[in-house]
Amino acid sequence: MVLSIRSLTKSFPGTRALDAVDFDLAAGEVHALLGENGAGKSTLIKCLTGAYRRDGGEMVLDGQHIDPRSTVEAQDLGIGTVYQEVNLLPNLTVAQNLIFGREPRRFGLIDAATTRRAAREMLARYGLKIDVDRDLGSYSVAIQQIIAIARAVALSGKVLILDEPTASLDAREVEMVFDVVRGLRADGLGIVFVSHFLDQVFDLSDRVTVLRNGRKIVTAATADLSRVALIEHMLGRELEDEVETQSAEEPDADRPAFLRFEGYGRSGVVAPFDLGIAQGEVVGLAGLLGSGRTETAEMIFGVRPAQTGSARDMDGPLKLSSPAAAIAEGFGFAPEDRKTDGIVADLSIRENIILALQARRGWARPIGRAEQNRLAEDYIRRLDIRTTSREKPVGELSGGNQQKVVLARWLAMNPRFLILDEPTRGIDVGAHAEILRLIHELTEAGMAVMVISSEIDELVAVADRVIVLRDRSHVAELTGPRVTGDEIMRAIASEATDRRGQVPA
Amino acid sequence: MSLLGRIAPQLIALAALVALVSFFFPGFLSISYHDGRLVGPVIDVLKRGAPVALLAIGMTLVIATRGIDLSVGTVMAICGAVAASAIAGGLGVGPALLLALGAGALAGLWNGVLVAVVGIQPFVATLILMTMGRGIAQLITEGRILTFTDAGFAFFGSGMMLGLPVPAWMWLIAGLGTALLMRLSALGLLIEAIGINRRASALSGVNATVLLIAVYVASGLCAALAGIVVTADIRGADANNAGLWLELDAILAVVIGGNSLLGGRFSVTASLLGAMIIQTIDTGVLLAGFPPEYNLVIKAGLVLIILVLQSPRIAAEWRVWRETQRAPPPDRTRTEGGA
Amino acid sequence: MTRRALPLYATIAIFLLAFFLCWLQFPFILSTRVIGNLLTDNAYLGIVAVGMTLVILSGGIDLSVGSVIAFSGVFIAVMLRDTGLHPLAVFALLLAITTGFGAAMGVLIHRLAMPPFIVTLAGMFLARGAAYMLSIQSVPIQHPFYDVLQDAYWLMLGKGRLTLIGVLMLLSVALGMVIAHRTRFGISVYALGGGEQTARLMGVRQGRTIMLVYAYSGLMAGLSGIVFSVYTGSGYSLATVGTELTAIAAVVIGGTLLTGGAGYMFGTLVGVLTMGLIQTYIVFDGSLSSWWTKIVIGVLLLVFILLQKALLRLTRGSFSGEAG
Repeated sequence: MVLSIRSLTKSFPGTRALDAVDFDLAAGEVHALLGENGAGKSTLIKCLTGAYRRDGGEMVLDGQHIDPRSTVEAQDLGIGTVYQEVNLLPNLTVAQNLIFGREPRRFGLIDAATTRRAAREMLARYGLKIDVDRDLGSYSVAIQQIIAIARAVALSGKVLILDEPTASLDAREVEMVFDVVRGLRADGLGIVFVSHFLDQVFDLSDRVTVLRNGRKIVTAATADLSRVALIEHMLGRELEDEVETQSAEEPDADRPAFLRFEGYGRSGVVAPFDLGIAQGEVVGLAGLLGSGRTETAEMIFGVRPAQTGSARDMDGPLKLSSPAAAIAEGFGFAPEDRKTDGIVADLSIRENIILALQARRGWARPIGRAEQNRLAEDYIRRLDIRTTSREKPVGELSGGNQQKVVLARWLAMNPRFLILDEPTRGIDVGAHAEILRLIHELTEAGMAVMVISSEIDELVAVADRVIVLRDRSHVAELTGPRVTGDEIMRAIASEATDRRGQVPA
Repeated sequence: MSLLGRIAPQLIALAALVALVSFFFPGFLSISYHDGRLVGPVIDVLKRGAPVALLAIGMTLVIATRGIDLSVGTVMAICGAVAASAIAGGLGVGPALLLALGAGALAGLWNGVLVAVVGIQPFVATLILMTMGRGIAQLITEGRILTFTDAGFAFFGSGMMLGLPVPAWMWLIAGLGTALLMRLSALGLLIEAIGINRRASALSGVNATVLLIAVYVASGLCAALAGIVVTADIRGADANNAGLWLELDAILAVVIGGNSLLGGRFSVTASLLGAMIIQTIDTGVLLAGFPPEYNLVIKAGLVLIILVLQSPRIAAEWRVWRETQRAPPPDRTRTEGGA
Repeated sequence: MTRRALPLYATIAIFLLAFFLCWLQFPFILSTRVIGNLLTDNAYLGIVAVGMTLVILSGGIDLSVGSVIAFSGVFIAVMLRDTGLHPLAVFALLLAITTGFGAAMGVLIHRLAMPPFIVTLAGMFLARGAAYMLSIQSVPIQHPFYDVLQDAYWLMLGKGRLTLIGVLMLLSVALGMVIAHRTRFGISVYALGGGEQTARLMGVRQGRTIMLVYAYSGLMAGLSGIVFSVYTGSGYSLATVGTELTAIAAVVIGGTLLTGGAGYMFGTLVGVLTMGLIQTYIVFDGSLSSWWTKIVIGVLLLVFILLQKALLRLTRGSFSGEAG
């Protein structure tokens, strides 16, 4: 093994991002690292590349214990990384990027001719013949990725980490990058491949390790795993029994849709779809990361408005051209990334809760302080937000409580349709159950809710109906008794499996 | 936090400063009453501090949105020139005031559109007007110092009302009005929200674009008022020197007021106290018999101290240092976001 | 061909077009006399703009340079008046002071993690205040060595005078080109301007690079102060107010991206000459007033900022480096 990791542990305030994770990498192997957001993939990689210091466990590279403190140090040890966002400088030339920090010099000045020659030689190994004097930014992302790989390999040479390197590439480009990776594997490099595209994992990797909630779930040879089994490992099934009893209680009446989207889509983001939503209904959106779940929500909420199709309610067409317009139609949206899109960290709980309500009323009609206090206290009590005071800045709360504040912001608006993107991500088990319970309460009061989740059990628990997305289009709709973990899993896996014929019947 | 608690540091600083100046110049706090007007160094501070105080009002709002307005000094010159040429053209006081305010609003609108709609960084966007503004002002005055004798207009610079100089009334009323408007309406909250997290605010339905434009327009209007005061005081528009470097004093007043350059929570009242602290230093240095040359150096020192106090990195290191004192094995996590 | 060079070509095209239009009206403008004067009159601006270019390339800004130039002039004049030091010794002392001053600002910017414009704003106050404290009046410089400096020129064909300070400016630009384009330090500067995070990942020592960038700007501002004192023959603490803005404008009109990471040192020279040409035209014309200079410069500044904003939007699609 060129690299072995034992019992790696890393905690952040409130969460344990990695919990005694083991991971091995052989020379001449592509080892895929899989898991949904928050599973611990990126934490593992950051520990490996020195961006984070681990709390416990050990890492052994070529028989040596290592403890890199920076990416540069990890690189010197032999661990190179290529990220999803090309981590080179688009404003420098290809040659400058490749040779950066090791420029050949004559009389103290950079020797441009030798730099150029060295850069060309480096790229020749990868079969890339391009003008190295052009700005990196003027080339396609695929070529930039290959250049990034070339630089990482030249600087490190033992382990190459590919962190979602194909996220913004098309199929042909992916093949181009994979050819390069296969060549490096043949040269005996150990390669860690992080991706959420299962096709690519089956295509490229020799072994797979799945992480979930900071724990290692399984390591297996790729050939021994079926697609369904892999998805099952990634999404988890522990809650299923408890959950199915809940959804069975739900009478499966055909309620009339009060919101209707027809041919709703945006090119390159989400393929046009039809969707009707009934009052008091919970619609779940299932699919793997990057399947178009969040994009669907953002389109409906006017963040990136639809280009085709129409949205209407019983009274006529809806205008959903911006978040403000969507809010005016009675929509609400609690985004996935609470920190950047949800909370306003320095404002108090009270101010965060009334923000959307105040924005709708306009600046000239402020909500009275007494009313603000009442609203805040009310939601702190109803949602059981754990805080010493309603005046505490939201940034100081734990993740679960921050999420409740964002929910409270929308509940205070009394919306008719609420979109929750990963409402339970990164929050503890207790808060998790509370939020699911809350969703039930809301729908009983007549609100329609759309829940996006990468935890299938969660969808089974709350959703009356589940839309399955794959490759940025809606591929299946499951209702009533078909809303089960197995069905959802099969629908997520189906399209691709048809092609590959790997699914057990 | 209560208002008093918020402005306590500024009040204490001002009191200490007054005490210090009084030590060198014992008559600093003495106020006498002559022919219906109050006279004394403190009254002088209130009057002379008016331009910076007025600018600081608008600058506070701009900085609260995580922006900056470098053009206010030149906008003062433009508005002063507009007012003076209107008076000199025989338009009368009312139209002159309206034209000057209109010019200020227009300048603010220009900055606001560049920042909020075109998406240029605030400091770059306002640099454009800062560079060409004096040229525009000179174009209006045709390169001369445009003087006038209209006593009605001069009232806004050197007049007295209820015992106090009119410029002092102007910043007091404008400042109080703005502070009340911000806190009695929801404007204050919405401005702070977009300053802290524009994206999250927009997702909550806050119209960040319009608000951003509005604060730059407010800053332009404040600059217009400051320009009117300066022009009326010297009974002439000096396109070259009116408002020179005052943008810096205004920014300084805002940061002395404890407002973060990184946006968010703000207090107009604290900024006004900041402006008075600056003016007390200016006047105090003069009265205490020091050469006025020291002013700039003192201000530079002040900026540095405040920068150290506000620095996010220093604050983070201080926290790390304190934690290491408590728990020996240090954990130097980077600030690159969570898992 | 690189899209990044587009603003540079635009700069050169604008300069040539402007020169051509001037020539149509005043054929005399195409003479070594006028060109020699253009270099001499803008020597101090060109030198300070070289330092500013490097600062802006790194993603920063230096608002202190105008004050540093004024300080330099007063410092030289007072030292020559009050001490027996030779001007060359005074120059060396001055350059050490201004370089150290710049370095100190660089250290503060990095250590405090505060926006450069506010730190250099404090530097602007400090340098201007220091100049006031030395002398509030204009101090004439009377030293035989200064007479030599002021009278040093090479006669070009057509009786144009290529003065010493004009040559110094061209040399500064050449040195700046070498530093920016041919040293590891220069590439680190571009890297920082392209994206701090990425630059750090690639191994740029950020603190050291930022310190050196502002030290270099301080050095250039000091040199510019020397040149300005030779040009005016005096030191005055109220001189060169707003020169930092003119220098920034010259850099941007020279095609350098105001947010950093892209641009050419040579473009700055063209930018300075463009601004000098505008002034020359206004002087030649006689009927136009001097304020048009500022307005035209402001308009050019706007045009270039918008042009670069548009270019950035265009390229945003093809690279996903550090957006916004």
